[in-house]
Amino acid sequence: MAKISLIVNGNPVTANVDPRTLLVQFLRENLRLTGTHVGCDTSQCGACVVHLDGKAVKSCTTLAVMADGHEVKTIEGLAADGAPLHPMQEAFREHHGLQCGFCTPGMIMTAIDIVHRKGNELDDHTIREELEGNLCRCTGYQNIVTSISAGAKAMAKSDLA
Amino acid sequence: MYDFKYHRPGTVRQAANLLVKNEDAKVIAGGHTLIPVMKQRLASPPHLVDLSHIDGLNTIEMKGRALVIGATARHAEVATSAIVGEAIPALANLAGQIGDPAVRHKGTIGGSLANNDPTADYPAAVLALGATIVTNKRRLKAEEYFQGLFTTALEADEIITKVMFPLPKKAAYIKFRNQASRYALVGVFVARRPSDVRVAVTGAGSEGVFRVTAFEEALKKRFAAKALDGIEVPADGLNSDIHGSAEYRAHLIGVLTRRALDAANAKE
Repeated sequence: MAKISLIVNGNPVTANVDPRTLLVQFLRENLRLTGTHVGCDTSQCGACVVHLDGKAVKSCTTLAVMADGHEVKTIEGLAADGAPLHPMQEAFREHHGLQCGFCTPGMIMTAIDIVHRKGNELDDHTIREELEGNLCRCTGYQNIVTSISAGAKAMAKSDLA
Repeated sequence: MYDFKYHRPGTVRQAANLLVKNEDAKVIAGGHTLIPVMKQRLASPPHLVDLSHIDGLNTIEMKGRALVIGATARHAEVATSAIVGEAIPALANLAGQIGDPAVRHKGTIGGSLANNDPTADYPAAVLALGATIVTNKRRLKAEEYFQGLFTTALEADEIITKVMFPLPKKAAYIKFRNQASRYALVGVFVARRPSDVRVAVTGAGSEGVFRVTAFEEALKKRFAAKALDGIEVPADGLNSDIHGSAEYRAHLIGVLTRRALDAANAKE
């Protein structure tokens, strides 16, 4: 077993883990943060995207031990319980950027990462290119792109990063 | 995934010692090849030596007339580096085409080269630009470094520390993606160097990255797509699978080389 200490959604966490534990397993099974999903489990679909030190990564292809000493943010960390949604979450709700919802946590974490890197004014082409690593099998992406465009603009006026 | 012991050395020397002490240990940095392979149980190293926390191993800088990229520099760092963008824009462009944004946040140049996947992008740049692979033991020229499918000149306890790229006069990389995996079905890197021209191909060769010397000879006289008129790439030794026949890949090498030449010449 390996002892790891990291910050998850702003809270310090210490745990003993088997070194082969994937970050997504650790989040879901140890911390019960089940918003992060396992889709393909082969780093292609993006359902497992979380932020590691502020950058979008695929938590199914990251070992929990490699996150030791680092900071992780999951979909649960975007807005406090009972508080208003994060503007990107709100944009997905408003613009119906989901159907079954399985890919949505990864889509939203990726979307916020895109805004961090590319700014608040995103054209559709940029959004589609940047979504290369996130698969949705329901929507055909149209409303996801609309949601991200609107969410990006809304983030400029929000305190939530 | 089978069980293993995880090590996090603070220096390259410590990492190398761990490799000496633990037979069959594997080096991990971004983990974006090794972790999937371990999940499929195609690899089961008893020890993992994590290089990602070694300070200074991801530095990107100009040293004299060479661009030097540290082994643990992430693809995203190379893609967005102002230094790389200034020195060899084709290399920044290549790094920005690897995988997807989340993959680029983790994958490293050293990891890609140590693995030498026959469809990886970086080997084409390293071979075409005539880069030097620097390890904890020695310096290896690109031509001697790549030795076939997933095979390199690296010894068991040898660790890539940086890659030194001499600056080309002109360069460009064009890849044709497999529509499902997004890996290069064929990728061509052309470089007009001060003394010669190199054309390196990834994705197509059954022995990994290789140079197209017939193209290089013709382009030395004139660095333009027109110089390739009438020169065919033989299909011998090229991959043939459900994604494309050897003949199709040979055809693509010609098409992509011409596109790369146009792109390299357009950047004036």
